[in-house]
Amino acid sequence: MPSYKPFQPEAYRPRMSPFWYLDRWPYFQFIVRETSAFFVVYFTVIMLMQICAIETGVGAYAKFQAFMACPVVMVLNVIALASISFHAVTWFILVPRVFVRHVMGNVLPDFLISVPNFGAWLVASAVVAAFVLGIF
Amino acid sequence: MADYTDTVILEVARFDPERDTEPTYESFEVPLRSDWMILDALNYIKDQLDGSLGYRWSCRMGICGSCGMMVNGVPKLTCETLLINLAPGPIRIGPLDHFPVVKDLVIEMDDFMNKLQKVKPYIVRKDDYKPQREFLQTPAQLEKFHQFSLCINCMLCYAACPVYGLEPEFTGPAALTLAERYNLDSRDQGASERTDVLSQHDGIWACTVVGECSNVCPKHVDPSLAIQEYKIDATKDWFKTWLMPWGNK
Repeated sequence: MPSYKPFQPEAYRPRMSPFWYLDRWPYFQFIVRETSAFFVVYFTVIMLMQICAIETGVGAYAKFQAFMACPVVMVLNVIALASISFHAVTWFILVPRVFVRHVMGNVLPDFLISVPNFGAWLVASAVVAAFVLGIF
Repeated sequence: MADYTDTVILEVARFDPERDTEPTYESFEVPLRSDWMILDALNYIKDQLDGSLGYRWSCRMGICGSCGMMVNGVPKLTCETLLINLAPGPIRIGPLDHFPVVKDLVIEMDDFMNKLQKVKPYIVRKDDYKPQREFLQTPAQLEKFHQFSLCINCMLCYAACPVYGLEPEFTGPAALTLAERYNLDSRDQGASERTDVLSQHDGIWACTVVGECSNVCPKHVDPSLAIQEYKIDATKDWFKTWLMPWGNK
């Protein structure tokens, strides 16, 4: 009688690297999109500081302006603007994935959902720019 | 046209559970034929070079969902991926990410099967109505779930999902999509029975919308959309229970 040894294989169970987001560009894009949300908080804080300075008086506002003109803050603002732009663009592209697309029994194409978001962003930016540049 | 040689190198993951502790990659030189898919090259290796290579395949036409593998780090159906498109190589073939590896390119799919069973991916009827003929549906009713019904359970979406890799408890894209497919079916009455599995932390709410499940899906099912649709429905239901508590009575 042959003696049988039961075959009990042990499967290899892979573990994800802590740097998994560097493996593929879409993962890296996801991580950058998520972390760039930090700058939304940053801009909110800056805006609150600005409102506070306006409420306090002319001297406080001048101080705030001097703070914003500081090279470090300007560099930070450029990084924040780039990050928030990336965040907005990637989210607007993703909107068709997070939006119920069935309207009156029809399925809306992706661009019909994304494009209005980009349009609204452009209009809002144009209005803000008009105020800042003194057109209004 | 690039100047290809007439062969290409395939780096194929090898893992023998009786001998190895982790997979290694072995190189094989295969003919570079313009009409060959990756699966044809694997069949060539199995037939001509090394008969011990283990991998799953069946239909060879993108229907059975058996031959999903990582091709150069991206989950793909190997029966639909042209070899020549990846020339001059080398082309790296591995088992689907995030699943235990049984042998070479064969993964253990028990976890997926258990999760699939939990979401009741079939029509649930609560009444005792025994139809005398088939349930009729309008084209609009069919359109609501048709896209999600195209899932072939190939598990590429699980291999693409970093959430599943980091949190194996996550129900995962395909199972959630199939649950939503039946929830949206006008013949189904089992949505409330699926709620516990779908609305738990490891269900829809674990999804962080990476979106790669939809990008790699060979049938364009769009699991990410199904999950987000269910999130919206679950949120609406939650608000309804607060605003109209009498509605559940």
